[in-house]
Amino acid sequence: MIGPMATSTGATSGDAVLELRDVSRRYGELPVLRDVDLRIDRGELVAVVGRSGSGKTTLLQLMGTLDRPSGGTVHVDGRHTGRMRDAELAALRAYRIGFVFQQFFLTPTLSAVDNVASGLLYTGLPAARRRQRAVAALHRVGLSHRLRHRPGQLSGGECQRVAIARAVVGEPAVVLADEPTGNLDSRSGAAVLDLLRELNADGTTVVVITHDTALAAALPRRIGLRDGRIVADAGSHHPPEDRSPGWAGPTGVIR
Amino acid sequence: MTGGGTPARLPRSRLRAADVLPLGLLGIRGRPARAALSGLGIAIGIACVVAVLGISASSQAGLLAQIDALGTNLLTVQPGKSLTGEAAHLPAEAPAMIARLPGVRATAHVGRVDGGVYRHDRMPAGNSGGIAILATSLSLLATLEVPVVSGSWLNAATERYPAVVLGATAARRLGVPEVRGSPRLFLAGQWFTVVGVLGPAVLDPGVDSAALVGVPVAVQRLGFDGLPTKIYERSAEQAVETVRERLPKVANPASPSEVEVSRPSDALVARAAAEAAYTGLFLGLGAVALLVGCVGIANVMVIGVLERRGEIGLRRALGATRAHVRRQFLTESVLLSVSGGTAGAVIGAVITVGYAATRNWAVVVPVDALAGGLLASLLAGALAGLYPAARAARMSPTEALRAG
Ligand SMILES: Nc1ncnc2c1ncn2[C@@H]1O[C@H](COP(=O)(O)OP(=O)(O)O)[C@@H](O)[C@H]1O
Ligand SMILES: [Mg+2]
Repeated sequence: MIGPMATSTGATSGDAVLELRDVSRRYGELPVLRDVDLRIDRGELVAVVGRSGSGKTTLLQLMGTLDRPSGGTVHVDGRHTGRMRDAELAALRAYRIGFVFQQFFLTPTLSAVDNVASGLLYTGLPAARRRQRAVAALHRVGLSHRLRHRPGQLSGGECQRVAIARAVVGEPAVVLADEPTGNLDSRSGAAVLDLLRELNADGTTVVVITHDTALAAALPRRIGLRDGRIVADAGSHHPPEDRSPGWAGPTGVIR
Repeated sequence: MTGGGTPARLPRSRLRAADVLPLGLLGIRGRPARAALSGLGIAIGIACVVAVLGISASSQAGLLAQIDALGTNLLTVQPGKSLTGEAAHLPAEAPAMIARLPGVRATAHVGRVDGGVYRHDRMPAGNSGGIAILATSLSLLATLEVPVVSGSWLNAATERYPAVVLGATAARRLGVPEVRGSPRLFLAGQWFTVVGVLGPAVLDPGVDSAALVGVPVAVQRLGFDGLPTKIYERSAEQAVETVRERLPKVANPASPSEVEVSRPSDALVARAAAEAAYTGLFLGLGAVALLVGCVGIANVMVIGVLERRGEIGLRRALGATRAHVRRQFLTESVLLSVSGGTAGAVIGAVITVGYAATRNWAVVVPVDALAGGLLASLLAGALAGLYPAARAARMSPTEALRAG
């Protein structure tokens, strides 16, 4: 396997789902992300931790091709996204990336099944097939008994599980979750994280942002962000050579 | 896992045609009351257009049916003005001369008799209530096809006696709706008995406001000079134009230029046309309502787009292209407008049916107006959705998600 620093251009190695090289993002003159080199392999479960405003959401949006970097390259599922047009990026998101958000973003007038099925809406699959797969996805997240319920009839934890089902219904190469526990009490938050872990055990690659370090501590790999820089990468298969010394304690918690 | 090489080409993001409509309905289902209100302007505009066109078409159809029933082969001959500007006269033998013209099937004539018509003899002189006394030939009723609503028309006997038949308006003004009780009227200083009351004379409203008496009794008792003031003539339909050309010379060989010939059905046709022109004003109002409705929908859509930034961001995250987002909001706008238009078309049709029923017209719901109204609402919806949809599509997914 090739480390992230080993090549500067060209194709990525086959096992990398996400590969960011020398990525930066500025808003005007304001740098929000700097010198980000990161590689996430197929089957990984990665936490991104850091204070509010440290650039976590920006990083996730770059990984998810919702945003383009000001500098550097982003490869998703082995594809160089810098060369892709808007519509191609949309296709990449439709088929290869699943998103989970803090606010759930469920449609209140649709049942759980239809909300999950909307995860396949832009793949052009017929409605019956979408619904079929949505039922299976809801089964995977343990909501088989809530198929016909609307978001208003579900608890916050259940809503987030519906949103997770929507993210995984298309069998994406990677699931990106931005503070999925942010709107939940600690018990449902822990349950949601357990669910992500289960999905990961079944083979789904997951990147989850959280500022709850206790939750993050339970995950195999933790990337620490501070002021737009990666300051820690605990449990990485590819430890970077030049991180700040003493970054990784036994729990890998970053302060 | 084994790696290397270029990954398989991805298919494009794709939104099935069958999914576009439910997607457009989503926003409407989310806020039904707002959707109903925003479609109201369009509904009023279309209802206005459909009702106005429907009522005018029904009324026109009524008029044209009447014209058809009464025929367009009637010509009237009247004395015009002499070259010096004085009132001209028709010779007494003019009706007989006209009756002899080839192609002429029937003639009738009336002559103006001086004097007022009153219910009793104490009415001040000079106030005749706008009712004219006409000495009439017996053929008038059949020639003009006027219905008798009470009593009977004059006959060879009653035309010699002080008997009078009232036109519809005259009967109403005098308060003599029927002949029961043999009401009497004071006509030009003489008592006459009402023997008949007529219905409307559509081809000559002048008959409506007249008290009609026989020519012999008028000459004998009312000082009638026997000169016709209006001659009616019916010919075969295809002979109308030739008869029309020959009438002045036949009616008054001495001075044909003093004869006025007209075709009463022309006036009715013109009235039907005038009513159609009058609808232009209401159509303009309908168009304004449509435009206001269009602006209303655009307004509601812009607010909707701002409120639904989160949803827009989510859809981009789910793989929607900008075009897909645009299509969703454009569809929503068109659905809003077309459902308003449909409601308006139904309301307009109901108004037409109701109004036509009160007038005893045959109902003509203008299919063109219905189709045109729906098409107009579709265009209005597309127009209204253009800017909001473009705005939704232009939104960057990151901004949309942060705002949501
Ligand atoms: N559109 C933007 N314009 C300007 N600054 C922005 C924009 N989006 C994010 N930022 C800034 O970038 C920094 C990182 O934001 P974000 O990635 O959301 O951090 P986190 O998710 O870790 O809280 C913040 O200081 C934020 O204010
Ligand atoms: Mg954030």
